[in-house]
Amino acid sequence: MAKVIAGVGTSHIPAIGAAVDHNKTQEAYWKPVFEGMEPAKKWIEETKPDVCIVVFNDHASAFSLEATSTFAIGVAPEFQPADEGYGPRKVPVVKGSPELAWHITESLIMDEFDMTIVNEMPVDHGLTVPLSIMYGQPEEWPCEVIPLCVNVIQYPQPTGNRCFNLGKAIRKAVESYPKDTKVAIFGTGGLSHQLQGERAGLINAEYDEQWLDDLVAAPEKIKHTSHTEYLRETGSEGIEAIMWLIMRGALDEDVKQVYRFTHCPVSNTHYGLLVLENQDE
Amino acid sequence: MTHQEKDYHDIPGTYVFDGSHFRKGYHLNMFCMSLNKQENRDKFRHDEEAYLAQYPLTDEQRKAILERNWLEMLRLGGNIYYTFKLAIFDGMTMQAAGAAMSNTDMTEEDFKQMMISGGRSIDGNRSKKETK
Repeated sequence: MAKVIAGVGTSHIPAIGAAVDHNKTQEAYWKPVFEGMEPAKKWIEETKPDVCIVVFNDHASAFSLEATSTFAIGVAPEFQPADEGYGPRKVPVVKGSPELAWHITESLIMDEFDMTIVNEMPVDHGLTVPLSIMYGQPEEWPCEVIPLCVNVIQYPQPTGNRCFNLGKAIRKAVESYPKDTKVAIFGTGGLSHQLQGERAGLINAEYDEQWLDDLVAAPEKIKHTSHTEYLRETGSEGIEAIMWLIMRGALDEDVKQVYRFTHCPVSNTHYGLLVLENQDE
Repeated sequence: MTHQEKDYHDIPGTYVFDGSHFRKGYHLNMFCMSLNKQENRDKFRHDEEAYLAQYPLTDEQRKAILERNWLEMLRLGGNIYYTFKLAIFDGMTMQAAGAAMSNTDMTEEDFKQMMISGGRSIDGNRSKKETK
């Protein structure tokens, strides 16, 4: 039987990928950030999930305004790193998990989550930066990956509650898969940041810390947080945090917080990293 | 058509990419998107105006693009993830773009310093009522 064993939350700031790719991780600006990631790296090295479901968003790389899917799942055997304007990141090709991905897709749709099913999808920093954070610079990524792409760019984004319930449905899907498979789920993006407008550079660390407390211990409290509250309190791009609610929904009601780290700033963002385990693991 | 008032219009200095922004900015954003391809970057670099002629942009949008008026592009329907592709094309950092959009005399260095000191404060920046 497949099992969701753990959840990881992490921001997916492109500058982190650039720091890894250009060997800047030991520079004064980056050192505390990468040191802060070490315990999570160690944890995943010991935990060795077979498959990581990475909940992320595309940044006008694979998708554009031509068509916007609220939730899309990647079912391909592999996903190439996208060219985001600098040429593709020189990271390994992301290996998919087509059989499990199709199982999850069928289960989700029968469960009334109408997923867009995607076979061709170059993956941008939203997906590859979390892998770099957790796995560093391996020759091959040591897990299969199921990309789950959420629209967080076009208003209105899905509600937090919908995201949380999608997480629950993902868990149900995974746990009805007959092959022994250890699955971890990543929620990525956030925390507070605003890239645009006269308010660019907004950070609200206090709000983020409270939100993280609630995400871990009382997700029911934040799953109905409104779009306008996210936009106002955590910046126009801070609303990405709803993707962490998908991860949280896929875990037990009571979880063990294995690790938590925040750092301000990373580029224009309040960086957050969280590792949660189901209690019975 | 009347412009529907939304509660998020009260957030200062923030351009929420809703349907009304989408409709205004579709072609501007799709031009930016085209810069994902090296061959298009080369063509745009060779002759910006000729390249832009392929897109049904308004004169204001064309001007904002050529002048690299980042804030104006947002006002005309641009989305930051799209307009930032043009900034990447120019070799600009997110901090330089952030400083330029601040609508002050802030430099890239000032912006970086603001971030290192904890970012732009939420206090005084929650609501237009608060700022005015």
